[in-house]
Amino acid sequence: MIRFIAKRLGSGLAVLFVVSAITFFLLYMSSGSIARNILGDQATAEQVALKEAELGLDQPLVARYFSWVFDALGGNLGASWFTSEPVANSLASRIPVTMTMVFAAMILIAICATLIGVTAAVKRGWVDRVVQVGAIIGDSIPGFVIGVILVTVLAIQLGLFPATSTISPESGPDAWVYSMSLPVIALLVNGVTGGAQQIRSAVIKQLERDYVRTLRSRGIGEREILFKHVLRSAAPAGLTVLSLQLIGMLGGVVIIEQIFALPGMGPLAVTATGQSDLPVVMGVVMYTVGVVIVVNLLVDVLNGWLNPKVRVS
Amino acid sequence: MSDSVETAAVAAPAPGTSTQPAPTHTGQSGTVVRSTVLRRLFKNPLGIVAMAILLVISLLAVLAPVLAPFEENYSNIAKTLAAPDSVNILGTDSAGRDVWSRLLFGAQLTLLSALLCAGVAIAIGLPAGLIAGYYAGKFEAVSNWVVSILMSLPGLIVLLTIRAAFGPSVWISMIAFGILISPSYFRLTRTAVQSVRNELYVDAARVSGLSDWSIIARHIFSVVRAPIIIQTAAIAGVAIAIQSGLEFLGLGDPSKATWGVMLSEGFKNVYLTPTLLFWPALAMALTIGGLVLLGNAIRDALEDGEKIKHRKKKATLEGSTAAPAAARPSRKSVAAVDAGTEHHLVKVTNLGVGYPQADGSIKKVVDDVSFHVDRGEILGIVGESGSGKSQTAFSILGLLPDNARIVAGSIQFDGNYTVAPGEELVSQARLSKLRGRRISYIPQEPMSNLDPAFTIGYQLVTPMVRVLGIAKEEARKRALKLLTDVGITNPERTFNAYPHEVSGGMAQRVLIAGAISCEPDLVIADEPTTALDVTVQADVLDLLRELQQRLNIGVILVTHNFGVVADLCDRVAVMQNGRLVEEGSVRDILRNPKEPYTRTLLASMLEGKTPMSMLVSRQKEPVA
Repeated sequence: MIRFIAKRLGSGLAVLFVVSAITFFLLYMSSGSIARNILGDQATAEQVALKEAELGLDQPLVARYFSWVFDALGGNLGASWFTSEPVANSLASRIPVTMTMVFAAMILIAICATLIGVTAAVKRGWVDRVVQVGAIIGDSIPGFVIGVILVTVLAIQLGLFPATSTISPESGPDAWVYSMSLPVIALLVNGVTGGAQQIRSAVIKQLERDYVRTLRSRGIGEREILFKHVLRSAAPAGLTVLSLQLIGMLGGVVIIEQIFALPGMGPLAVTATGQSDLPVVMGVVMYTVGVVIVVNLLVDVLNGWLNPKVRVS
Repeated sequence: MSDSVETAAVAAPAPGTSTQPAPTHTGQSGTVVRSTVLRRLFKNPLGIVAMAILLVISLLAVLAPVLAPFEENYSNIAKTLAAPDSVNILGTDSAGRDVWSRLLFGAQLTLLSALLCAGVAIAIGLPAGLIAGYYAGKFEAVSNWVVSILMSLPGLIVLLTIRAAFGPSVWISMIAFGILISPSYFRLTRTAVQSVRNELYVDAARVSGLSDWSIIARHIFSVVRAPIIIQTAAIAGVAIAIQSGLEFLGLGDPSKATWGVMLSEGFKNVYLTPTLLFWPALAMALTIGGLVLLGNAIRDALEDGEKIKHRKKKATLEGSTAAPAAARPSRKSVAAVDAGTEHHLVKVTNLGVGYPQADGSIKKVVDDVSFHVDRGEILGIVGESGSGKSQTAFSILGLLPDNARIVAGSIQFDGNYTVAPGEELVSQARLSKLRGRRISYIPQEPMSNLDPAFTIGYQLVTPMVRVLGIAKEEARKRALKLLTDVGITNPERTFNAYPHEVSGGMAQRVLIAGAISCEPDLVIADEPTTALDVTVQADVLDLLRELQQRLNIGVILVTHNFGVVADLCDRVAVMQNGRLVEEGSVRDILRNPKEPYTRTLLASMLEGKTPMSMLVSRQKEPVA
């Protein structure tokens, strides 16, 4: 098991390295005269040259990449070109807002999608049809449009929830739940409808397996078969679905935060992108890819624990 | 061939059961399949609605320059946030631009960007998937690694990076997103190709000298075509959503009218004119919804095709006798059901099993079957695939598929009805008390009948704990003893092993141990040796006979093999097309078969030997 985890961890780090290299070269190769963008049109040629030297832009690209890597290994992701704030600091102050929201949505998706999906698979009939229709509707409306609709109807027109929120997790759970309900709902609707649909098919597939019939023939009760055997076998499929949804959500949360004016990673990423503030963009990419790799590792380990065949090989 | 194949076909999935497109069985007659799928698509109301929506939106997009009363960026500063009137039929936005015109130009850009994205994804994913699936090897390993990287990148974050690097351009961002999403085509194509690569007709094409590329073009494209269309509908929807999201953030091309920009414009003025939000949101939901519905409708059309094929196949198997019974079956003639006075362990009387069809009729797979089994006796049920022998066995166990109906007759176990005359379903309340305790089951395919996630020991111990109510430790001792009894030399090791760690023969012994673990009175064995090696088969049959004699249990042995019957059984029932053709002692029937069908079966077994080996050798050395 330890070797299995080590192997996955190694391949995760390799992915992180490759992504960092591609992102770095993509960003710095193509984005023209960075110093002039920062200084504006009035700057003289000397000022531009000075700025380039200051930012290390006169060094060759490869050298710059490796110095970025070594700095990053020491926890230094550089500083914003516009505010001079260290990237690591601005990320650290914004990550809690974003990640509490993402993980709250993920946990709710896992619970709701499993409950709905399993019910639809076992009961079939009308429950099943409702889930199918729900999945189509969920697939048809992008999460950020749901967010916009929620704000317009529930917050602005009915005044049930605050339309914007600057609340951080420290200000108490009640206030947090109240102000974060809408953004979390906007994040999770697509996940619940899509996830329920996938979990439903996974459970149906397992219920049709031969060993389920044999377990029945041995006198094992229907409930034990469902909760102990079928759900366990369907779990890897469910976990994969959830991890893919988390990856999507790390992007979707950027727009949701913009809609609800939340001081998370989203506005930071959007502003940096608009200004071509490359160190910040680089930091955001690295952080999200890092989260994805950790989550994928967790999913692999859980799958290994659930499925003895994976664990051995 | 086996009866469980038939069961699987009968239990065809309901429409929309799987979310994955089913790429199998499309066959070589690509054009024929496609035209029937198209016809079914046009019959499906959802499919028509979806196509109508997409057609209208495409037309509006194409005709945007003609239909739009204004330029996309023409602004009338004197008339901002105006309500709809005869000039601006949907009103104007905060810069006095015409909403209707911008909606039309937005449709153009949205559809084109979705097409570009899907095109790029297909151009990369399809060839890569074909090569990886057909040739496997290093290319597949490398591309799998690339796929795993691409799939761990959040789409919007990548697009932000691309925007920061290349500036605002719909086309560049859609090309990037096309690359990012190409793994979905790659994986779909690779899986489809892998499943077809070793099909006989592809082998035949290879042997007959066709080049790899013409094989791919002819045989493999026809398999992946439909799943790709379904996938494209989904991907176009995702592309529209993500592109609009990017524009909503204000990171799109400011000179273009897009739905995302319009939505963000409406959101900024949500306190003044919330209707500005409505139109772009509706346009997006309709377009993406149309694509999702279209994908679903195509998938349903394909799956219905599968079902019809299965049905046809079954109909030919069933032949004439079990042809679809007339509308609702005449409710069973209770008078004909005579429980009889003599006491048997199992008594099946005039049993009929059927499956309701889409047209309301019921197709019988078992018709008027009667037999009985006593303690200490082995009854063989013989017949070819589709003869209804497994269905008969599963009705005794109460483990028929959910949609099966008992259409006639009754089943008694030890004098009590498990299916009383007139009942449509097997009573689970009655049978769940008997299953495991008094009736048990040995399945055909050993590996798929053990839960891969639990140790063999767990799967032996739990039923004993549940059924006999004994302590775990005692159950463990009994399980080890049972494993020794069924001839496993190292029971400890097998007890602690997972199913994938033992051989097929060993797994079958484990299943036999499980079947006798709670000391049943009746064991139903469904082709218990078919999936095993010939050498192991004899051992397992010996084991069955030895256990049956020692424990004095009744056995129903379902098989297609008269050799097994001759070896093991006391009596034999011969089934054909759902009916019982002949029943009697093995000695009588082997020596003096009365029915022509029994004679044919016997003859095919006895005379089959020599020519069969010739056929096999001919198959192994193809005339290349």
